[in-house]
Amino acid sequence: MTKMEKPANFSRRSFLTTGGALVVSIGMPISAETLLSINTAFAQATATRPPLVPNQLSSYVAINADGSVSAFFGKMDMGQGLYVSIGQMVAEELDVPFERVTVYMADTRTSVNQGGASGSTGIQSGGKQMRAASAEARRVLVEMGAQKLNLPADQLTVADGVVQAKSDPAKRATYAELIGGRHFNVELEWNNKIGNALYAPGKATPKSHKDYKIVGKPIKRADIAPKAFCTAPFVTDIKRPGMVHARMVRPPVAGATIESVDEASIKNIPGARVVRENNFLAVVADKEWDAIKALRQLKVQWSNSKPPFIDQAALYEYIRKAPVRKREDSKPVGNVEEAFKSAARVIEAEYEWPFQSHSCMGPACAVVEIADNGHVTCWSGTQKPHFLRDGVARTLGVKPETVDCIWVVGPGSYGRSDADDCGNDCAVIAKAVGKPVRLQYMRNDGTGWDPKAPASIHRARAAIDAKGQVIAYQFLSKGFSRVDVNTNGSQPRDTLAGHFRGVELRSGDNFGVPAESYAFANKHTAWETIPPLLDRASPLRSSHLRDPVGPQIHFASESFMDEIAHALGVDPLELRLRHVKNPRHAAVLQAAAKKAGWESRPSPRKGQSGNTASGRGIAYAARNGTVVAIVSEIEVDRSTGKIWARKFTVAHDCGQVINPDGLVHTVEGNIIQALSRTIWEEVKFDTGNVTSIDWLTYPILDMTEVPEVIDVVILDRPDQPPTGAGEGSTRPVTAAIANAIFDATGVRLRRAPFTPDRLRAAMS
Amino acid sequence: MASFTLDVNGKSHAIDADPDMPLLYALKNDVGLNNPQFGCGLAQCGACTVHLNGQPIRSCVTPVSAVGDGKVVTMSGLGTPEKPHPLQTAYVAEQVTQCGYCINGWVMTAAAFLRDNKKPTDEQIKQALHGIKCRCGTHMNILRAVKRAASMMG
Repeated sequence: MTKMEKPANFSRRSFLTTGGALVVSIGMPISAETLLSINTAFAQATATRPPLVPNQLSSYVAINADGSVSAFFGKMDMGQGLYVSIGQMVAEELDVPFERVTVYMADTRTSVNQGGASGSTGIQSGGKQMRAASAEARRVLVEMGAQKLNLPADQLTVADGVVQAKSDPAKRATYAELIGGRHFNVELEWNNKIGNALYAPGKATPKSHKDYKIVGKPIKRADIAPKAFCTAPFVTDIKRPGMVHARMVRPPVAGATIESVDEASIKNIPGARVVRENNFLAVVADKEWDAIKALRQLKVQWSNSKPPFIDQAALYEYIRKAPVRKREDSKPVGNVEEAFKSAARVIEAEYEWPFQSHSCMGPACAVVEIADNGHVTCWSGTQKPHFLRDGVARTLGVKPETVDCIWVVGPGSYGRSDADDCGNDCAVIAKAVGKPVRLQYMRNDGTGWDPKAPASIHRARAAIDAKGQVIAYQFLSKGFSRVDVNTNGSQPRDTLAGHFRGVELRSGDNFGVPAESYAFANKHTAWETIPPLLDRASPLRSSHLRDPVGPQIHFASESFMDEIAHALGVDPLELRLRHVKNPRHAAVLQAAAKKAGWESRPSPRKGQSGNTASGRGIAYAARNGTVVAIVSEIEVDRSTGKIWARKFTVAHDCGQVINPDGLVHTVEGNIIQALSRTIWEEVKFDTGNVTSIDWLTYPILDMTEVPEVIDVVILDRPDQPPTGAGEGSTRPVTAAIANAIFDATGVRLRRAPFTPDRLRAAMS
Repeated sequence: MASFTLDVNGKSHAIDADPDMPLLYALKNDVGLNNPQFGCGLAQCGACTVHLNGQPIRSCVTPVSAVGDGKVVTMSGLGTPEKPHPLQTAYVAEQVTQCGYCINGWVMTAAAFLRDNKKPTDEQIKQALHGIKCRCGTHMNILRAVKRAASMMG
């Protein structure tokens, strides 16, 4: 049931008009074909397609001729089951069975720009819009039913996609009869924003949560089976007639430029050729293996570039001393400096976090085809196809409407990865060779040249008075920017294709401060960014990786809460509950502690002898309305320094829960990935280039290191708006482990990752 | 270039290729399969795993000339929706994957392990899957699925 049939011949109308049975795959970006039946014309319905614009209801939802529902979603599901939740929200508002809804995602041909995957807003803002549009669709359908049945709308109800009289169910009209096979033609009140902020409600008010029948239910994903039976293509499997294969040639030393390319050095490889524009260099061949051989064989004379980087051992000292490019202060509470002057004691600590890599399971892949009429199609694993569409258009110097970008599931998706670079690179090559091109990066491109999560340092200070009360708190983040390159590929200046072709980078500034609700009489937080080490085509350019800057900031801030608790000799949970002000924040802390059987006592734990020391740690953080508290229980092997995070108890409040099943799987994935980042992940580099280029030089968590239990406690708040779950549980993991290490061993780690070597050295 | 006849999922495929071309590219581009996948080309991750004469191998580093008359089975040859392998059933039941790009490594390695090891302990399963990568962090699901499949294969 899940084929990608001739996607290039697809048109939006074919969803509604092409003959044949309904052929759909929930969540897959493929064409659905249903029978068209023309009904009585209504002003709110049209046989011709309204333009795909944010203020048209038809841009979000359609009723097919058989009464099934197509939802067009301008975001994507990276595998956390988002599309199921969206289907639930749409079905709920439309009063149709869940099974009748198909969600088409992240395809510029079918959806408007809702921002792609970004900031865990899939449900929070993307779902909010789909809910509003679906509610409006139901309202319009009831109005159409009122006309058809000649009854006032307030005397009608809807059940299973049938509008019927409350008094007489025999008076009825199905959605299919009312509009099936035609398009809504209803204007919405668009806020004139695109991306995450897009909101375009109609006149309808969505349902009360008290009436929910589908939202809140655990519904399984339908896209697992096609993966288990290998029937669904990944972006790496897209094939086009006449397609050739490409590989990128990157400089051995970052910043090096091309002096000469010996094209004769690959002349023995059939069909192999070079594509070059300034320092943009690729090889192309008819066969994929020949492209790889050409990559390895091509002789290039690179300039003797001055090595752009610093000695990695001096990274944190460098950040400490680097000039500040931008600083942003939060609104201070009280007078921190005065409070510190009056302090009986001052506690201070500084924490360090390395560059980290997306290191997606496979390096990025894209296919670009430029048709004879100039129309460009880009198949990509990008999280943000609408922005990539704009980027490809700019890269090629054509209008955005000339380009379509189709998301096809790729090898992992955790933010601004190499996918957006790959799509733009591939477009340059496709234009140069005049044939459809498939470009897949090599492993060293994927790990070595992807945008990195920024390295940073974090300083925290607390002032304690004579009675042992915390009277002042100060926190400063300083690091490389989280938007050195922007979080999407819409501008050539943010892509490697742009940089290597000569477009100047305009590095942006952003970082962050702790997201919690600790109240102190005097409190001040701030962040500072420093310039990049290399201003163009840098393998250390920084951008968004899952929960951008969240792990590093909260590693510091939540470790520091434990350092305060230790200094005061109080239980770490008790200290947090003394200061946390938001009741929902207190609730997750209490829920996690209760479920984990938290014993109230100060850390470290007493009476630990023997080679294995065990400990527990707690940490919490908020993220865009979501709040998560985590208790970790770990064992430390003193002789090896190896940590086993045996158990996590995660209390999770993301407001209204749409699908508890998807939520638990999402949280588990976040915990494992964050554990990997905590224990292992650090991008290595020398003065010339990044030296983390594969899984040996950038190790991640192994199956033999996974926890025994991840216990997720969901605090459902059906009366609250839903917020994101894609990243929030990533955030407190590192501190929960650092605090557990201290509890077990009395050793405080302030530099991530906590590799066995580092912990062993700290314990000796 | 040389001619090879590959036995893939019980069907014979004649291809022309460089003898040193890894089997992976023959499977993806010449045979036209949607699996396995290129993850690293270095035998470090498992995404390209297939069975050669019943044993899991990394097709990204196995030259096509080394396959000979051997029987290659890829994950799509393991079972079908109508006649699924227990691991495929378990993967769906446990809702294992996020992106799913790693799936060949886990399933093909576990399939050979469970065939040869009845009623394995959790520790044995973990050891058997040592070294295979999943970047989305679905390890808890993978373990549940392999254990479920183990009990089905009892």
